[in-house]
Amino acid sequence: MSGVLLRETLIFTIARLLEGVRMVAVGAASPIPAAGSMLRRALDESGHQVRLSVLGSVKHNFFTNGSAELFDAAGQGRLDAFFLGGGQIDGRANVNLVGVGGYPASTVRWPGSFGSAYLYFTVPKVILFREEHSPRVLVDQVDFVSAPGISPAGVYRPGGPVALLTSKALFHFDKDRPGFTLESVHPGHTAADIAEATGFAYECHGTPRQTLLPDAAELALLRGRVLDEIAETYPAFAADWRRDLATQAA
Amino acid sequence: MQADLRAMAASIEPGMRIALPVDYAGVSMAMTRPMIAHGAGNLDLVCVPTGGLQVDQLIGAGLVRSVETSAMSLGEAGGAPRFNQAVKDGSIRLRDSTCPAVHAGLMAAQKGSPFVPLRGLLGTDVLRHRDDWRVIDNPFADQGDPIVLIPAIRPDLAIFHAAMADRFGNVWIGRRRELGAMAYASTRTLVTVERIVDHDLLAEERTAAGTLPALYVTAIATAPRGAWPYGLWGEYPTDTDELMRYARAARTAEGFAGYMAQEAAA
Repeated sequence: MSGVLLRETLIFTIARLLEGVRMVAVGAASPIPAAGSMLRRALDESGHQVRLSVLGSVKHNFFTNGSAELFDAAGQGRLDAFFLGGGQIDGRANVNLVGVGGYPASTVRWPGSFGSAYLYFTVPKVILFREEHSPRVLVDQVDFVSAPGISPAGVYRPGGPVALLTSKALFHFDKDRPGFTLESVHPGHTAADIAEATGFAYECHGTPRQTLLPDAAELALLRGRVLDEIAETYPAFAADWRRDLATQAA
Repeated sequence: MQADLRAMAASIEPGMRIALPVDYAGVSMAMTRPMIAHGAGNLDLVCVPTGGLQVDQLIGAGLVRSVETSAMSLGEAGGAPRFNQAVKDGSIRLRDSTCPAVHAGLMAAQKGSPFVPLRGLLGTDVLRHRDDWRVIDNPFADQGDPIVLIPAIRPDLAIFHAAMADRFGNVWIGRRRELGAMAYASTRTLVTVERIVDHDLLAEERTAAGTLPALYVTAIATAPRGAWPYGLWGEYPTDTDELMRYARAARTAEGFAGYMAQEAAA
């Protein structure tokens, strides 16, 4: 289908990655993961209930025990999926949310590790999502490990990364190798593009497929219900999306 | 500046360890300027579990010795400028943490226990840089099972803002239970509220469960819109434009000083 916006492809891809989850949580400043989770919930509505907790939302957040409850629920094994970004992500899926160039006096300081050093261990399906796909973000080795991609045997680790989604491509993560494999490229990108933009080594089998796009029904759900739902927590994001749709229609 | 806010700030002593809440839980921004005017420095701040505008302003005013936090940012307004500068200069001591570790440390203090064990963290640089955390083998496991111990966090003081208190000193915190956790763990707790009601919040079943009893509350002062420019749950939204105005101004020390002087005059 033509006319699918990049952000719609990303939201739809997240919804596909979330297939089968019962409970998903979304952290701060994550409109696309939140929208993907809302689409998953809408798609599954006739089959089973997807519970969704969006940090910063009043309507889409059912926790009543303060900000500790999300982590308690994850520790209990109740949380199936979560999202992590990162100023740097490396080829072993280590995530750096702290900074670049030394510690503690780093040359570039990012906000900090948030809950990553815990949730990466306890949530079975962690989706790495970072729109910027460049060698400065996808690096060979992170400068600071906020959360490691894998752990040695003997470390309690029911959780970890399953995929990495960027504005250019989708990778899946194999924890036994360990490493990423290029799964698909988004419309307009090629295997060569991706190689140039990626600072770590990954596997690529033949010519990568194009990332699956939503069909007409899924797109209608996205532009209707999901767009309305996301506007409560992320009004600026929703307004941008609406503007892009209007521009495209004109 | 209100006399009661000034009096509360005057009880802060140099070198105190102070717990402050996450931006959406009820930050007592109304206390920030009285704290700066009072001037007690060398503060060790504990962000529960992340910090933002208030922490950034206290750092900018030179009152902070160390920050224990899972993250520092101004949300949609971007990075915390005075914090970032202080990190670059090495002028504050950093204790990078992760959200559940802050909660675990407060929980240990709440129970009067020396520590709480916490999953995760193994193999991270967060753990590597924390000389106050320990790794032991789970004594209940048949074979090796390493787990991190988080020592109790016992702040001298907790400061937050809530919608209402009653005239008996009880504070309604609703579902923002981290405010309770901060108060249980801290020796003293200072609270600003939108309003003080006449009826006893504990007398009514509907409000009693969401109420922090006066046992844990040292002092209360009214401060309408006391979280501004942050929002307060159920009361008013965050003023993101104002956060952005601060973020722009506070990129430099001079800009920060100008912003703080202007707001104090307003």
